[in-house]
Amino acid sequence: MEMVNIKINGMPLSVPNGITILEAARYAGIEIPTLCYLKDINEIGACRICMVEVKGARSLVTACVYPVNEGMEVFTNTEKVRKSRKMTLELILSTHRKDCLSCIRSGNCELQKLCKEFGVDNEHAFDGEMPEFEFDDSAAHMVRDNSKCILCRRCVAACNQQKVSVIGANARGFDTHISSAFDKDLADVSCISCGQCIVNCPTGAIYEKDDTKAVFEAINDPEKFVIVNTAPSIRVTLGECFGRSIGENVQGKMVAALRRLGFDKVFDTDFAADLTIMEEAYELLDRIKNGGTLPMITSCSPGWIKYCEHYYPDYLNHLSTCKSPQQMFGAITKTWYAQKMGIDPKDIVVVGIMPCTAKKFETKRDHQAASGYPDVDYALTTRELARMIDTAGIYFNHLPDEEFDNPLGEATGAAVIFGTTGGVMEAALRTAVEALAGEELESVDFTEVRGQGIKEATYSVAGLDVKVAVASGAAAAHEIMEKVKNGTADYQFIEIMGCPGGCVNGGGQPIQPAVVHNFVDLKGRRAAALYEADKNLPKRKSHESEAIKRVYAEFLGEPNSHKAHEVLHTSYVKRPKYK
Amino acid sequence: MKSLAELQAIKERTLKSMTSRSDSEDNTRIVVGMATCGIAAGARPVLNAFTEEIARRNLKGVTVSQTGCIGMCQYEPIVEVFVPGKEKVTYVQVSPEKAAKIVADHIVNGNVVAEYTVGSIAK
Amino acid sequence: MYRSHVLVCGGTGCTSSHSHEIIEKLESEIAARGLQDEIKVIKTGCFGLCALGPIMIVYPEGCFYSEVTVEDVPEIVEEHLLKGRMVTRLLYDETVQADEIKSLEQTKFYAKQKRVTLRNCGVIDPENIDEYIAHDGYQALEKCLNRMTPDEVINVVKDSGLRGRGGGGFPTGLKWSFAAKNSADQKYVVCNADEGDPGAFMDRSILEGDPHCIIEAMAICGYAIGASEGYVYVRAEYPIAVKRLQIAIDQAKEYGLLGENIFDSGFNFDLHIRLGAGAFVCGEETALMTSIEGNRGEPRPRPPFPAVKGLFGKPTNNNNVETYANIPQIILKGAEWFASMGTEKSTGTKVFALGGKIRNTGLVEVPMGTTLREVIEDIGGGIPNGKKFKAAQTGGPSGGCIPADLMDTAIDFDNLTAIGCMMGSGGLIVMDEDNCMVDIAKFFLEFTVDESCGKCSPCRIGTKRMMEMLEKITEGKATLEDLDKLEELALYVKQNSLCGLGQTAPNPVLATLKFFRHEYEAHVVDKKCPAGVCKALLNYKIKEDMCKGCTLCARKCPVGAISGTVKNPHKIDTAKCIKCGACMESCKFKAIIKE
Repeated sequence: MEMVNIKINGMPLSVPNGITILEAARYAGIEIPTLCYLKDINEIGACRICMVEVKGARSLVTACVYPVNEGMEVFTNTEKVRKSRKMTLELILSTHRKDCLSCIRSGNCELQKLCKEFGVDNEHAFDGEMPEFEFDDSAAHMVRDNSKCILCRRCVAACNQQKVSVIGANARGFDTHISSAFDKDLADVSCISCGQCIVNCPTGAIYEKDDTKAVFEAINDPEKFVIVNTAPSIRVTLGECFGRSIGENVQGKMVAALRRLGFDKVFDTDFAADLTIMEEAYELLDRIKNGGTLPMITSCSPGWIKYCEHYYPDYLNHLSTCKSPQQMFGAITKTWYAQKMGIDPKDIVVVGIMPCTAKKFETKRDHQAASGYPDVDYALTTRELARMIDTAGIYFNHLPDEEFDNPLGEATGAAVIFGTTGGVMEAALRTAVEALAGEELESVDFTEVRGQGIKEATYSVAGLDVKVAVASGAAAAHEIMEKVKNGTADYQFIEIMGCPGGCVNGGGQPIQPAVVHNFVDLKGRRAAALYEADKNLPKRKSHESEAIKRVYAEFLGEPNSHKAHEVLHTSYVKRPKYK
Repeated sequence: MKSLAELQAIKERTLKSMTSRSDSEDNTRIVVGMATCGIAAGARPVLNAFTEEIARRNLKGVTVSQTGCIGMCQYEPIVEVFVPGKEKVTYVQVSPEKAAKIVADHIVNGNVVAEYTVGSIAK
Repeated sequence: MYRSHVLVCGGTGCTSSHSHEIIEKLESEIAARGLQDEIKVIKTGCFGLCALGPIMIVYPEGCFYSEVTVEDVPEIVEEHLLKGRMVTRLLYDETVQADEIKSLEQTKFYAKQKRVTLRNCGVIDPENIDEYIAHDGYQALEKCLNRMTPDEVINVVKDSGLRGRGGGGFPTGLKWSFAAKNSADQKYVVCNADEGDPGAFMDRSILEGDPHCIIEAMAICGYAIGASEGYVYVRAEYPIAVKRLQIAIDQAKEYGLLGENIFDSGFNFDLHIRLGAGAFVCGEETALMTSIEGNRGEPRPRPPFPAVKGLFGKPTNNNNVETYANIPQIILKGAEWFASMGTEKSTGTKVFALGGKIRNTGLVEVPMGTTLREVIEDIGGGIPNGKKFKAAQTGGPSGGCIPADLMDTAIDFDNLTAIGCMMGSGGLIVMDEDNCMVDIAKFFLEFTVDESCGKCSPCRIGTKRMMEMLEKITEGKATLEDLDKLEELALYVKQNSLCGLGQTAPNPVLATLKFFRHEYEAHVVDKKCPAGVCKALLNYKIKEDMCKGCTLCARKCPVGAISGTVKNPHKIDTAKCIKCGACMESCKFKAIIKE
C-alpha cells in the first residue's frame, strides 16, 4: 500500500494514499463529525458538517470525501472550523421542527448530539420562513415527517442501495424535499417496506408505525391471551438499545423482560423457523423430484416477497408457498396451540417481535389467517420492544436470564441462524440433505453459504447435484432474478432476504449512528453472535426438534400434507410499480 | 471529407458567391446608375451583365453596386468605375456588350476603354 | 450570381422583434419586382448591436439599417435594391458622417471591438456549412488531424494562454492535458451551452451565428484528448441555437466532418445534443454531467475531477461555448497571434453582454485588458438620459459590482478577482444613480435562492436566510447588528457551499457591502433608500408650490390616495398610497417627488 505523509493539526502522520481526510483523522484519534456521509453509498458531501481547513485550499474542504495527498496539512479544530460547523447546525435547525422532547429520536438523534457537541446555544439563531413540509403515513409500516428532515439523503441512498429507489429529492432550493416521484404517497409506489431508510435516518424524519400502544392495551385486556414470539435476530440486537455491545446475545434478559411486560406466553419464533424448514425442505424435494418450478426461492422475508411482487410479478411461481416463520408461528398458535389449550383463537393476540418493518405489512396480507383470524395481530420492531421495556420501567440490564415457555419456545440451531443471510439456506440444507441422502451429516456447517455478498455452492447429495445461491438485499435479489429471467440461473434453490446481510441488518433493528455503519461491521458482528448461539445449541437440525415432531404427529401429519398446506402455506399477488 | 483539397474546393466555390459581401476599401467598385432614368434606358441588363461577367471571370475584390441619378440623364445607362488609387472613370450609354468589354479591358487589364467614357462623348 | 446580398439578423434578440417577418416580407417584395435572381436574402447570427434591432445589412454597399420594421421593407426594396438609393432615415446614425457612409468597423460601437469568437456572427449564413468553410472553416481540424500530434495541439492551446470563458478562467490547455493523460476505453468532450447568467447571451449568439466553429473545436478537442464522442448541453430555452446546431451537426455528418475516419486520418468523432431543462446549477460542470446522464442536475464534490471521472464515470473535458469558439482560430493563426491580444495572464478577447442603464445594449467582443470605461463609454455609448454611472455588475449573480472609482480597471480575470468581482460568463450590467445597490444585491440573491439545487445546507438554507435579511433591510426593519450578521453569513456560505453556485452566491452582497456600505447604512439607520427604489422606505409627496391643481394625478391614482380640488394643490394620503409611482409619471409639472 502506498503511504503518504500528512499533518493533522500539526501531528505528522503516514496514512494510505487516497483515503479520505475523515478516515485519515481516525488514525490520529480525531473523529470528524458527519451527518450525510455513509461509506460507499452516500458520499455526496452535502451536509457540510465535516468541513476542515486544508492549507492552501481556497475554501473549507469536506473531510468525508476529500482524499489525502502527500504533504497535505489538515486542521480539524480551528476557530473557523468550529464556527462553520456551528453555523451549519444553526441553519439546519432553522428549518427543523424542534420538538425534541417529544420526538421519537430524542436521545438517539445525530443532529441533537452534534448540536450539543458544537455548543449550539441558540436554536433560533437563523429562524425564518419554514419550508412546506410533507407528512406521509400512507404506508403500512412507516411514517415520513419531513418537518424533521435535514436532507442528508441517507434514506435515498439506502433505498438506491436496495435498487428500489422509490424516494428522491423533489423540487429544488429551499423547497427541496424527499418524497416519491410526483410526490405520490409511499403506499402508491413500489416501496418494499424494508425500512432501510429508517435505520439510516439521523433524525426523527422517518420512523416505524408504532403499535406499542395497541399491544399494551391487549396485555391489559383480561379477555385476551397475549402471546409474544421473538424472531431469531432480536436476541443479538436488543441489547444495543440498552447500551450493551454490538453482537451481545441477551436472550435470557429479553425473555425476562417480555414476561415482566405481562405477556401471557413468551415463545420463540425460532420454533416456527424450524417448522418453516420442514415445509420448505420438503417442498424443495417435491419440486426436484416431480418437475416443479425451479429454482425455488425462499419466502421468509416479506421485504423480498414484496420486491418480487412489484418487480418480478411474472416469477411468483418460483417462490416457496411457505408462510414466513412469523406467520407460521401465528397460524400454529391460533390452531393447534389454541385447540390444545382450549382457548378460542379470537381471544388470542399474537405479537411478533421482529427485526423488520415489512412484517407490519405482512400481517395485513391476504391468506394469512389459518384460524379464520389473522395469524399475527401485531408485529413490533426491536425498537418498539425496547420502548415498551423503557415505558414499563424495567431495568433491562439488571434482569436475570430466563427461559422461553413451552412448547413453542423450543428451537434448534438451524432456526437461530435464520436471522442472517445464508442462515435459511444452511438450515434447509441440514434437513434437505439428510432427508434426501437418508443418512446423518458429518458436519452441519455449510460455510460456503455464510458471509456477505452473493454466494453460490453445489452440494452432491445422494448422487444429485444441488446447486444453491444466497443473496441478501434487494439489489442482490435483482441480480439473481435477472438470471432467473434470462434462464441462466441453473440453481435448484435460492435464499433471498430483503435487507443487506439479512434480518440482523433489518429495518426494524436498533438504530446505530452513521459512524457505526461506516466504521463497524454491524452486520458481521450481529451475525457472528447468531452462529455462536447455533454452535452452542444441543440440537442444530430442524427435523430433530421434539416440538416439531409433536406438531406433525398431533396435528399436521406429514410435511406438505393437505393440513400443512391449509395452515402453513400462502399465495402471492402481482403488484404494479405505481398506482 | 477526405482531404484539404476537397475543403479548399468548397471554399473557393462558396467565396465566389460571397464576394458581394466584402465591402473592403481596397475593392474596385463598379457603380451603375439605377434611377428611373437609368432603368428606363436599360440599366438593369447592364447591371446584371457586370455581375455575371465578374463571376464568370472569377474576379476577386470587385463589387458591383448601384446608385441613384448621376445627373446626366441623356447619357444613361451610366456606369462609374472606382479603382483604388486611380481617378474615377465614367462610362456612358453602356450596353451589356459594352459592359463585357469594360470588364475585360479596364477591370482585368487596367486599360480604360476610352471610346465609352463620358470624355469621348463630350468631345 | 447575385449582385446584392441582404443580411438580416436571425439572432434571438432580433427574432423576438420580428426579423423573421421582415425576411418573409423582403422575399415577397423582391419576388414581386422580379429581383429574386439578383438579390439574395440571408438570415445570419447576431451582429451584437441588439439595442438597434432588427438589423439589416445590404451589400455590396454595406448599408447598416437599424430598427427596421416590416412596414419599412417595401421602401428598402423599391428605393435601395431596385433604384440604388439608400433609405437614409433607417441608417444607423453612427455610420452616417457628413453625407458619407462609414463602414461599420469605423463606428464607435465596433471600432474598439476585436471580433474573434464572433467573427462569423452576422457575416455568414449559419445554416450553410459552405459559408463556414469559405471562411476557413474546418481547416483547423484538418491541420490537427493530418499535420499535428494530439500533444502538439494541446501545446498550442497551452501556449495561447487561453483560459476558460465560462467564469472560472482555468487554463484550457492544461485542462485538456489532464483529460488526455488519463487513459480509458472511452472519453468524452462536453460543451457547456447552459448559459444561465441573467443578461448573458454570448454563447447563444455563437451557436446561433456560427455553430460549426463549436463542432470543429470539439472535434479538435476530441482528437487532442483521445475522445470519440461529444455532448453539447444546451438550454431548451434556446430553440434557435438548438435548431441551427442540429442542422450544422447534420451537415457536418453529411460532409464526413463528423463520423468515422474524418479527413482520412482514422479519427472518429460523433456529437450529440442534450437539452437542459432550465436549471442554472446545470452550468456547473459536475451538475451538467449528472444531468446528461439522466439524473437530477446536482453537483457532486470534486475531486474526482471530470478529467479523471467525468461523464458516465469516464475522463471528460468540459469547456463552454465561447472557449471552444477560440480554438479553430488559435490552431490556424497560432498561439502567438492569440497571445498577442489581451494582457499577459489573460490573453485573447472576451465577449460581454451589455445590459442595464447603457445606450448600446448588446454583445461586444474586446481584447482582454480593455478598461471598463472604454466598454461603457465608448462602445456602450454611455449612460442614457444624462444619468450618472454608479456601478457595473460583472459575472451576473456570481459576480460583484465595480464602482465608479474603479472604472479604469483593465478587465481581465485577475484584476476582477482582485477587486472582489468575477469575470463570470461576461454579463455586464450597468447601473446608474437610480439603482439602489441593496436592491441590486437582493435581485441577484433572489436568483440564486431560486436556482439553488438544494443539495448542500449552506446554499439551500444560507442563501434563503441572507435573502430574508436583505428584505428586512430594504423594509427598514434591520439593525446594524443585522448587517454584521449578514456579512458573517455571506462569508460562511462562500466558504462552506458545495459548488460554484453557492460559493459565489454571496458575491453580490459582499461586493455591495464593500463598496456601498453607506447605502446599506442609510436603509438601516436613516430608514431611507437613497436611490428611491425600496418602496417601504419612500413616500410620494406633492410639492405645493409646483402643483397646478390639474387633478390628473388624482385621476391616475389606482387607490384614490390623492385628494384636492381643481386649481388647488393636491395631497397624497401616505396611508393609502401603494407607491406605484403612477402619479409621478403622469404629473406634467414635476410637482410630485419621492423621498
